Amino acid sequence: MSETMIGATPRRVGGIGRVTGGQEYVADLHLPGELHAALVTVPVAHARIRSIDVRAAEALPGVRFVTTPADLPDPMPRFGPQFVDRPVLATGEVLYHGEPVAAVVADNRETAEAAARLVQVAYDELPAIFTVAAALAPDAPLVRDPALRPNDPLATTNVLREHPIGWGEVDAATADLVIEHDYSFPMVTHFAIEPHAVIAAPDGDGLVVWSTIQHPNWLQKILATVHRLPLSKVRVIAFDPGGGFGGKQHAKYEPLVSFLALRAGRPVRLVLSLEETFQAVRRASAEVHVRTGLLHDGTIVFQDIEANYLIGAYADIADRVVGKGSYPACGPYRVPAARILARTILSHTVPSTAMRGFGNPQVNWAVESNLTEGAIALGIDPLELRLRNLARRGEAFIPFDTPADGDWQQAVRRAAELVGWNEPKAPGRGRGIAVGIKSGPTTGLSYASVRLLADGSAVVSAATSDMGQGARTVFAQITAHELGVPLDWVTVVMGDTIIVPYDQQTSASRSTVLMGNAVLAACRDVQARIRAMAARLHAVEEASVVVDAGIVRLPDRELTVVDVLKAGLGRMGGEVVGNGEARKDDEPGHPLGGSAAFFEFNCTAVEAEVDADTGDVTLTRYATVSDVGRAINPLQVRTQDEGAAIQALGHTLMEHYIFDGAGRVRNLGAIDYRIPTSMDLPLEIHSDIVENADGPGPYGAKGMSEGALLCVSAAVAAAVRDASGAVIRDLPLTPERVWRALNSEARVAVEAVR
Amino acid sequence: MTVQTRAAAVIPISVTVNGRGRTLEVAAHHTLLEVLRDDLGLTGAKECCLVGECGACTVILDGRTVDSCLVLAVEADGGEVTTVEGLAPAGGLAPLQEAFLDHGAVQCGYCTPGQLLAAKALLASNPDPTLGEVQEALAGNLCRCGCYWQIGEAVLATAEAARR
Repeated sequence: MSETMIGATPRRVGGIGRVTGGQEYVADLHLPGELHAALVTVPVAHARIRSIDVRAAEALPGVRFVTTPADLPDPMPRFGPQFVDRPVLATGEVLYHGEPVAAVVADNRETAEAAARLVQVAYDELPAIFTVAAALAPDAPLVRDPALRPNDPLATTNVLREHPIGWGEVDAATADLVIEHDYSFPMVTHFAIEPHAVIAAPDGDGLVVWSTIQHPNWLQKILATVHRLPLSKVRVIAFDPGGGFGGKQHAKYEPLVSFLALRAGRPVRLVLSLEETFQAVRRASAEVHVRTGLLHDGTIVFQDIEANYLIGAYADIADRVVGKGSYPACGPYRVPAARILARTILSHTVPSTAMRGFGNPQVNWAVESNLTEGAIALGIDPLELRLRNLARRGEAFIPFDTPADGDWQQAVRRAAELVGWNEPKAPGRGRGIAVGIKSGPTTGLSYASVRLLADGSAVVSAATSDMGQGARTVFAQITAHELGVPLDWVTVVMGDTIIVPYDQQTSASRSTVLMGNAVLAACRDVQARIRAMAARLHAVEEASVVVDAGIVRLPDRELTVVDVLKAGLGRMGGEVVGNGEARKDDEPGHPLGGSAAFFEFNCTAVEAEVDADTGDVTLTRYATVSDVGRAINPLQVRTQDEGAAIQALGHTLMEHYIFDGAGRVRNLGAIDYRIPTSMDLPLEIHSDIVENADGPGPYGAKGMSEGALLCVSAAVAAAVRDASGAVIRDLPLTPERVWRALNSEARVAVEAVR
Repeated sequence: MTVQTRAAAVIPISVTVNGRGRTLEVAAHHTLLEVLRDDLGLTGAKECCLVGECGACTVILDGRTVDSCLVLAVEADGGEVTTVEGLAPAGGLAPLQEAFLDHGAVQCGYCTPGQLLAAKALLASNPDPTLGEVQEALAGNLCRCGCYWQIGEAVLATAEAARR
């Protein structure tokens, strides 16, 4: 079976628990003696806290205590993956709607929630910044106290950092046509169906924390720092998250709940409501100005891009999102001159964090839409314009980074074909096409171990989080293939920092490549030990033995790995242990700290029709094609690509935070914030992949799972315009917005643009 | 503000859960979801939105799907409840569960129990649905991983296998 394991689609490893209710998520875990926490918030976006009176809350039967900043170390411990800026509880000022100022611990959840409402918080509301324009106004109130930003030239502004990047001479470039527009991308939230949850408990002289976290090792480091404990005394147990999409990468309330547990001397649990999750994680909104210079034949001569990302009150990983997301803003094209300036802008809004696509969808929406504008203005087919400019394999399209690592035009041609690009259009229908690119991981470190047990079964330890992408299945497939054992004899252990070797993170579509390579290396280490064993057993030179895909080739015969194992271990039994490591080091001086391990490339082509009376958009045909190098599990690749596409239809067609005049979010929760349902799908979806085995991962795999989300908005908006003439540069394309565009003077006559 | 927590009325109910008769004392204000998860330890029904929009808590009550977060436990008195834990025959999987695995209809799995129960209720009332009918019947079950196509394929395949 091992020969067919790579490129096969076995059932998901861990699937049975998921269809029987047996899969345990953090909220399903209950510990003896556990207590329940509830967050105390104030209904404003920005306020100075005068006092917190906990007496009424603590008087409620069943309440153990209320923790306010006064109960936490002074100065208030702060944490964050990039800046150490987020306080465990708001101290002095509340900086966004939903920021907790205190937490109640009680015997049960409803008592905790009732008591939270009894905590009396006296505060003075202050003006809130929740738009880019307000944040950048010369007299804008500062979200962050300049005293907290010593030696920072931007300290007296709301700009946390600027990310300029470029090459060539934009101002010297001569274009036949310059297309210049402003685009906006809304604040949206991850909306994992599993809300965030954390359970913390004292554990001897240390701490154990169960969390829905994507990066257990990073959380371990944060908790060790906050509590001044050695890493070995902080055990993070991360069950498979019920969806992450980036929202669960970094610590949110784990430091708080662990302080509560240490104070209680007992386990404390906090399961966020969906509304609270909206106030914990979101994607950065962005306003992007694009100036594109083109020749008459569609050749790009320059791109001049300014992207302002509104990241919220604390940095979380958002500044990295801005820097890394804006970096490939010019797309996978040959662009002789480029100037990109991205700003990370603080605001009195929910801190934004990583979200599938990591800052790329915002700029992709703008830049790809602007290219379509250019094609229309020049009378060139938008498909042809893209093919003309697309970097060919080996071209250094970003001069100081990894050259183009795929035959990208294959994916573009395939997507166009799948949507019937050159076929006549039915009346009322329009088509759009766009491409997306994302830099894969720039640094990384993953360790894995593989234990081949005496009976020929295997245990893989790999600290990737399987949040639905299917990493567990991929690692089991690699191991089954390499060692020649049945897939269902492989167990993959993840998510426990005391047991499983270190993994830097589960992000940037890295796991098949980085952890996959570590698992592969661990399997090869097992193979090397089997090789030595075979040489010893059969009295031959080790050099004459070859181990490959579960088979041991001796000079005179072939055996299986498991045959050799059993003979070699003998009556005592035991096991053979292999270790593997995959590392991508920093590259000093590189603008991102390292070049791309690979690029995720996708082309999306869409056919749409628009109801002129209601503005409702129907996608009649949808094609998504990703260059994945090699699909180790094609069904999982398909579900990741189609899932990414559907998720992207959310920010494209319906999702956005709505604020009142004071910066409070008005549409928290599932009633007023809509995500795509089974009724919001394209009428047809065609997904395909390009496989040239040209990736750095096992068997030529590249990372994938974000690619198919990157360029959806630009493709859909182009199709909407082609179908109806509605020109919209602000997402989402809600029926109201489409209807207004169709009924405004700005409407471009369909005939004129064709 | 009135805060009523510990003095809540406790009411006896009898309910059949996954074929097994249960006599329970439940708080009058507790939902069926709370009783299933916290009192009976049946954690297959999931909590997400608590306003009946996401479908993660879907169970079958007397033959029809309900959002168990919107049903008081006392309303289930005398009723028959099926949760995901009751779908599989002993030592095996139900055809729907098999089909979900074969068609890749499960990613993170958090919405899966609700999807399965919504699909089961659909097939009980309409053994030969179209894709559109499947999509409409399951529209109240959100899947952020975006498995909707695969879920639709799995439900149609189950229906087709049952007709053979």
